[in-house]
Amino acid sequence: MLPIADTQFVEATWIMVVKSLVIFGVIFAILPLMTVLERKLIGRFQHRYGPNRVGPYGILQPLADVGKLLSKEAFRPANAIPTLFILGPLLPVLSGVLALAIIPWGDVQDGVGLYGIDVPIGILYFFAVGSIAFYGLLLGGWSSGSKYSLLGAMRGAAQLISYEVAMGLALLGVIMMGGSLSLVDIVHAQGAMWFVIPQFVGFLIFMMAGFAETNRTPFDMPEADAELVQGFMTEYGGMRFGSFLLVEYMEIIVVSGVAAAMFLGGWMGPGPSFLDPIWMLAKMFCLVLLFIWIRATLPRLRYDQLMSLGWKILLPLATLNVLVTAVLVVVT
Amino acid sequence: MSGEFPYLKDDSVVEVQRGPEPGGVGGAYRAFGETLRGLKTTMARLIEGPLTIQYPEEKTPVYPRFRGRHKLHKFEDTGLEKCVGCSLCAAACPADCIRVVAAENIPGDRVSAGERYAAVYEINLSRCIFCGYCEIACPFDAITMGHDYEMADYDRSDLIFTKEMLLAEPIERTPLKAEGE
Repeated sequence: MLPIADTQFVEATWIMVVKSLVIFGVIFAILPLMTVLERKLIGRFQHRYGPNRVGPYGILQPLADVGKLLSKEAFRPANAIPTLFILGPLLPVLSGVLALAIIPWGDVQDGVGLYGIDVPIGILYFFAVGSIAFYGLLLGGWSSGSKYSLLGAMRGAAQLISYEVAMGLALLGVIMMGGSLSLVDIVHAQGAMWFVIPQFVGFLIFMMAGFAETNRTPFDMPEADAELVQGFMTEYGGMRFGSFLLVEYMEIIVVSGVAAAMFLGGWMGPGPSFLDPIWMLAKMFCLVLLFIWIRATLPRLRYDQLMSLGWKILLPLATLNVLVTAVLVVVT
Repeated sequence: MSGEFPYLKDDSVVEVQRGPEPGGVGGAYRAFGETLRGLKTTMARLIEGPLTIQYPEEKTPVYPRFRGRHKLHKFEDTGLEKCVGCSLCAAACPADCIRVVAAENIPGDRVSAGERYAAVYEINLSRCIFCGYCEIACPFDAITMGHDYEMADYDRSDLIFTKEMLLAEPIERTPLKAEGE
């Protein structure tokens, strides 16, 4: 029995261990496939094929990539701060893996909840853990001892404060309608109608902030391969660089999972209950496709454009959304 | 407008078309619309499918008059070489890449149809500029330009093509454009 949180019901320790291993294993099997999918889809979006040489249809490309990254020297610049430099890629991996725990894959079935853990603070946990990733980004960029890395890290910090408030407010409407912070309860509350319909504005704001959270175009200024040569990752090589990339995809999965659970009815779908995780995966997959589609379409915003978008448009819009939702929830 | 600039005719002044000012709520609304338009554009590209030509497996077809690697020709009925070793091609060559050494034909063991034949005929393809002047200079159509363009090699000396290599039935590896393509 793990007294970590009030999980409403008690599960045996071995069940929790098995659950964590399964979630971890499935997600880590999906991550490399996502990298090929993204490269192939972006190719198609640009009249190209994308990688198609390694294995059938280029499906083994991530194996070649990881093999290459693993065989590289773990180089550290002379004027970098050793411990912080190593900590840089570790913190985001930690945050990504931790955030996977609260994504609900299904309801409680045969005494086993199909989710890592149903913490009562649910979405707050997502914010708390998700923000740790930015410490890794900041530490990595700052401790590299390179101006590009520092610029990238500073941009990351500026980006963080401009979208996190709007992101939280965007979810507040859903939390009020669901009447709970727990993702499982919120999914249960969507039996009649997915929250994407009454909370469409919140969904849009959350997705925009989600692009910023995952450092994806059009908000990939901390990386900015064109002008900052990968920003905070500039001085990293080998698998340390690889883990930054890994985290980017893991964060896409986490943000897609949270968006699917909060707005798209989570595991709800027709068919028997053992299909629940499949429905959840399908909804997440659609959101991942949206991430890739956006990346193939939009150019990178300027630093100040993101700030003004976050503070002047998303924040007032999210506040208005919260106010209207609050009034409606009280009235009905 | 002509009042301000009386020396200009009216139709010579084109008013600059300006888009709406960026920023503000209207700007955000328009940016959202433009984003959707962009998404539509990329999705249309996805549906059109890739335009890539998978080079080593697929090749771009060339036009019939494409000037690739040279070919030397024989008469089809007698099997004699068309080249009579006159060296006009070597004289016409601006890159000076053709070397011809002529020899007399021995009756009974003829090599070419004329009085003399090319004992040595070499083209240094690492110098050739593929201008086609040799083809124009040749009075017997003995040398023509083929369609092959894959001539990369590891050694410069391998790029000197001898008469046997130029006479050998060329393996045409390059597809030709179809009519009207």
